[in-house]
Amino acid sequence: MKPFAYARPADVAEAVRDVAAEPNAVFLAGGTNLVDHLKLGVARPDLVVDVRTLTSADVSDLPDGGLRLGAASTNSEVAADRRVRERYPVLAQALLAGATGQLRNTATTGGNPLQRTRCVYFADVTTPCNKREPGSGCSAVGGYTRYHAVLGTTAALPDPTAPETCIATHPSDMAVALAALDAQVQVLGPAGERTIPFTELHRLPGDDPSRDTVLEHGELITAIDLPPLPAGTRSAYRKVRDRASYAYALVSVAAVLPPGGDVRIALGSVAHRPWRATRAEELLRGAELTDHSVRAAMDAELAGAQPQPGLGGGNGFKIPLVNRTVVATLRALTSEASA
Amino acid sequence: MTDLLTPRAIGQSLVRRDGVDKVRGTATYAFETDVEHPAYCHPVQATIALGRVTAMDTAAAEALDGVLAVLTPFNAERLASTEDAEYAVLQSTEVAFRGQLIGLVVAETSELAREVADGITVTYAEQPHDSELRTDHPGLYAPEQVNAGHPTDTAEGDVDAAMAAAEVTVDHTYETQMLHNNPIEPHATTALWEDGSLTLWDSTQGVHPDRAAVCEVFGLDEERVRVVCPYVGGGFGSKGNPHANVMLVTMAARALPGRPVKLALTRQQMFFLTGYRTPTIQRMQLGADRRGRLSAIAIDVVEQTSKIKEFAEQTGVPARMMYASPNRRTTHRLAPLDVPIPSWMRAPGECPGMFGPEVAMDELAEALGMDPVQLRIANEPDVDPDTGKPWSSRHLVECLREGAQRFGWDSRGPGRRREGDWLVGHGMASSVYPTMRQATSTASIRFSGGRYVAEIGAADLGTGAWTVLPQIAADALGVDVADVDVAIGDTRYPTASVAGGSSGTNTWGSAIVQAAREFRGKYGTDPQDGDEASGDVDQAAMDDAHAAYAFGAQFAEARVNADTGEIRVPRLIGVFAAGRIINPRTARSQLIGGMTMGLSMALHEDSVFDTRIGQVANHDLADYHITVNADVGEIEAHWLDEHDPYVNVMGAKGIGEIGITGTAAAVVNAVHHATGVRVRSLPVTLDKVLAGLD
Repeated sequence: MKPFAYARPADVAEAVRDVAAEPNAVFLAGGTNLVDHLKLGVARPDLVVDVRTLTSADVSDLPDGGLRLGAASTNSEVAADRRVRERYPVLAQALLAGATGQLRNTATTGGNPLQRTRCVYFADVTTPCNKREPGSGCSAVGGYTRYHAVLGTTAALPDPTAPETCIATHPSDMAVALAALDAQVQVLGPAGERTIPFTELHRLPGDDPSRDTVLEHGELITAIDLPPLPAGTRSAYRKVRDRASYAYALVSVAAVLPPGGDVRIALGSVAHRPWRATRAEELLRGAELTDHSVRAAMDAELAGAQPQPGLGGGNGFKIPLVNRTVVATLRALTSEASA
Repeated sequence: MTDLLTPRAIGQSLVRRDGVDKVRGTATYAFETDVEHPAYCHPVQATIALGRVTAMDTAAAEALDGVLAVLTPFNAERLASTEDAEYAVLQSTEVAFRGQLIGLVVAETSELAREVADGITVTYAEQPHDSELRTDHPGLYAPEQVNAGHPTDTAEGDVDAAMAAAEVTVDHTYETQMLHNNPIEPHATTALWEDGSLTLWDSTQGVHPDRAAVCEVFGLDEERVRVVCPYVGGGFGSKGNPHANVMLVTMAARALPGRPVKLALTRQQMFFLTGYRTPTIQRMQLGADRRGRLSAIAIDVVEQTSKIKEFAEQTGVPARMMYASPNRRTTHRLAPLDVPIPSWMRAPGECPGMFGPEVAMDELAEALGMDPVQLRIANEPDVDPDTGKPWSSRHLVECLREGAQRFGWDSRGPGRRREGDWLVGHGMASSVYPTMRQATSTASIRFSGGRYVAEIGAADLGTGAWTVLPQIAADALGVDVADVDVAIGDTRYPTASVAGGSSGTNTWGSAIVQAAREFRGKYGTDPQDGDEASGDVDQAAMDDAHAAYAFGAQFAEARVNADTGEIRVPRLIGVFAAGRIINPRTARSQLIGGMTMGLSMALHEDSVFDTRIGQVANHDLADYHITVNADVGEIEAHWLDEHDPYVNVMGAKGIGEIGITGTAAAVVNAVHHATGVRVRSLPVTLDKVLAGLD
């Protein structure tokens, strides 16, 4: 582990100033991901600024009927909150589908969406990775792609030597639910406060795969707001994985279905960011949700999907799998609604 | 034939003697050994798969405060023996596989050692490597023999002619994956070189074999070397012989006389350095008549070895003895690759070798329209088909019948049963493991303070040796088990064989019984304080006239999600005939542990080898999935009350490994029954069944 300085500022303003002033500084909250990366040499900061106790750890009611999740609230606390369980079951289910009890007791609302990809090459400093070491290339292309993207990638087989190539996925379950809920991210930065729609927090790799989000250096998530949902809204999170617990999603689906309203669908583990299935949502607007209509809408959503070849057959199975998982999730939601 | 010990303590379900200490965290494992002012080691590993180290820039590292030593191929001591290429650490600049040890940093803290080791710049002359196992590999060769001294190939009759004439045939290729042992305790050592003597507190499956290997490599007298290992946090074969890390930490200790040094491999490093189960490719041929009587059994195995040290997994061996058939062929071919060195993993040979054959039997039953249990019963051999010897005892048929009854096998329909969103199927397979006893082990028994103490350098891997050896000693001495202590895990105690091949209890127990008889013969039933006698495993009394195996049958229920293909196994039942069970509590733990590991092999574990760079891509426990609690539903292990007077004086056959054999086949067969999809390569993952779902 590379030696680093550790700071525990008095408040968030000071924390933001500390990080902004040091180009190679990072915030530390729950540390469930960062500490691993410090040990592995994936993260090599000069300064670690501990914000664990500086933001609110509360889940509080908003005047508009929504909920505010303080950045320091833990995944366990949010998942157990009665308001969350009753009004936003998709979020409670997503949180409980992630990691383990021990990790959820430590991981925070602010930190969870900022965890890094689980691409095995990102985590191994002996292999090239554009996300970890910009310009070094992408080892995942043609390699172990089981957990990698099929959406938002540039080509069927991107050039592994190109500096922009990255087929990593975002690993957070919570983020997929927040994308489907149209959550809002409250941010404090050197230039003051701003609000970012959750669906715009994460990026596609574009020309800089090293950046996961649109946050600027020194910007800190202070809270995440859940907008109110019409009474009777149903929602669910379905995670498909290789073992029953403690595994990242092969694909996941967050669905929100307001009564008589239009379904919202977010997909996990298929792209560099939580993927709002806007094309499918559009096609299903006003339509009856049947296996057939959902399948057709998802076919359209996935028309541009790029299966990645690779060791053990690659990840082409994700395309039918995510389609079938959306169909099954909406089937369960609609039958629950009619029951 | 032997008169078996009369069981008094044997057969009791006693709690683990080491249980409380382990639960409280007071049992001391190798790395935790309390030594004064230890220094910490971190290895440097090669990042190429083949070639040569041309330079290592260590000057800056050596100048750092807190760095005590930097060992490289350019400055390391010359070893007395480099015959075993795995142990010849830092003896040459050649790199034979990615991740090979090419250096070591010793520092005041583990963090500093790691940072410095990772920062050393290494220059290589790299060569193209070859790390892909394939059946058309040009270098395939037949080893002189396969592991455990078995012949590489066997043939009887004419398989090709029998296949051509058979009414029903199966001819498919099955694949088992690369697997890593992954005990929860990493390979770890505390080492001290002082006044020309070496002490190793090492996590090992055998203190004496460990010592012998270190003495050979360093040219040391065994009298000057002590290995201590009271507890092991699992080994599953990967601590059956020392790996290169033990030689490296010994080298570090010798470089810093008087200073204890510690080395624990990281989880990631274990995927390069501590052995693994070779992937296997098994072409299986079965021929039978319409009644299901086998006329041909053949298995042709292709598997890998490293180029620098041969390891020949005996995968084809169980197909030689499991079922009767007049025509039989088994072959093994090895592909020598630029890969880490394969090694022992729970039930080497039988574990992969009971996959292809037991799935092929299921395919044959399907082709015949016959019940898979009945097919196996129909091919029960009277004597060992391989050697012609009679069985010491063989109760496979009874295991099959009892398992079928306990599982409710008769309710199994033709398949494709649906419950809600889940497709439900039942599958089964047989299990087998040879009964072994090692040639050497000695135990001593001393009477001290009114108690009996049995001493033997045995190892408890978590299996229960601390608990079952006193039970054996008590019955051999004819005393209450509460009056017996054992002392194990130290080369100061008499020589013991490795805890491997499910032979530990058989071997050490035999020595303890011998020592008890010597003791009673010398001192009678009223000994004086300090009286002591020792005994050796009696090889002369070893039965060689019978084929000795434990058998079993496993039944699995698989549920496959009709939408997503997710596979769950909510029910797994095993029935075993493994001789006399010394302690039902620890035995059940071994058997369901083996079955769970078999389930893990069936559904989850998979070392995905990145042949482009020559390493396991998913080399940590987040990505290398081991079955977790949520994956295990009802799991039951039962056993028959089996009397075997030929195996040893306890009548015990060994239970550490049989549980893992056949499990993966039972699960694959159940998935087929649920879905109609036949998966012939492990693990069975949802992507392999998805295309076959509606």
